[in-house]
Amino acid sequence: MKLVIMGCGRVGAQLAKLMDEEGHNVTILDVDSYSFRRLPSDFGGRELLGDGADEDTLRRAGIEEADAFVAVTQGDNRNVMAAQIAKHIFNVPKVVCRIYDPLREELYETLGLDAISPTKVFAQLLKERLES
Amino acid sequence: MYIIVIGGGKIGYYLSRTLLSEGHEVLVIEKDQAKCQHISDELGSICIRGDGCEATTLAEAGMGRANMLIAVTPEDEDNLVSCQMAKQKFNVPMTIARLNNPKNRPIFKKLGIDVAVSSIDLILEHIEEEVPTHPLTHLLSLKDGEQEIVEVKVPPTSPVVGKRLKDIPLPRDSFLSLIIGKEKGAQLPTPNTIIEPDDRLIAVTRPELEGELMAKISGS
Repeated sequence: MKLVIMGCGRVGAQLAKLMDEEGHNVTILDVDSYSFRRLPSDFGGRELLGDGADEDTLRRAGIEEADAFVAVTQGDNRNVMAAQIAKHIFNVPKVVCRIYDPLREELYETLGLDAISPTKVFAQLLKERLES
Repeated sequence: MYIIVIGGGKIGYYLSRTLLSEGHEVLVIEKDQAKCQHISDELGSICIRGDGCEATTLAEAGMGRANMLIAVTPEDEDNLVSCQMAKQKFNVPMTIARLNNPKNRPIFKKLGIDVAVSSIDLILEHIEEEVPTHPLTHLLSLKDGEQEIVEVKVPPTSPVVGKRLKDIPLPRDSFLSLIIGKEKGAQLPTPNTIIEPDDRLIAVTRPELEGELMAKISGS
């Protein structure tokens, strides 16, 4: 599949690496070129400097032909906005975003966005670990 | 009206001051302690410190009874999320957002933000009005944004000068609604109206057709 990832932090870089290894066509975006150091040296995808909440940048990243879009920057609102642009303006078939704030995640889930709250997931994992 | 303003920078401050003087009940939500303090010192205790995108802060601010939310932070994503929170979670009837990047207008519209205001677009509109050489002026964007009213000035060199309206093919979905002549004043166009140099034509068109319309009328 053709995948666009916004945010080359630890999670973004790790996901890019995994998908690239499986032979997918990956483009990863970040506003800071220094972030691309997190990608492995044999990364076969494309690195693109720019703000993924900007339509023009998304077009340059090939969003119009993308099968999937993932927003994993540090900013919840940035992720939410970029994901909604990908879903509603570019009609990308699969859009997933990270929202740290559990309440915000609930709201956007009800609005039809596929969102994951690492806060909620990790707290739950910790709770299970403590109880086992 | 009870109006909640997100963002206590310069725009938030002056906006709130004006709304207060008009008799509205205003509450400002601002993250920064110093800005919050400044507003409280100047305008009274109408500012709470917090994140205007967080549901708990908004609930504390009494969002449930707000008539309007205006988000004026310098970040479009924050303004968008504040407005969506207000609209979807608290059913606020009217949400207004400041647009920093005018290109974000379509997504704000699509996501149900009632009004998006771009200072860049406003400044550009004034430049068009004030600079007389500009051949096309945007007068009004009709509510759905799919149509607009524009003014085009007919240059003396234009090929349409001296022609009857019925002989001038306009782009599809474009209509002349008024002709303002230098001497003859404003008149309703008829098929036999003759276009004179320096006439100002008020037309209804679609944003994507304005270039075509202008080319037709100015001849360039």
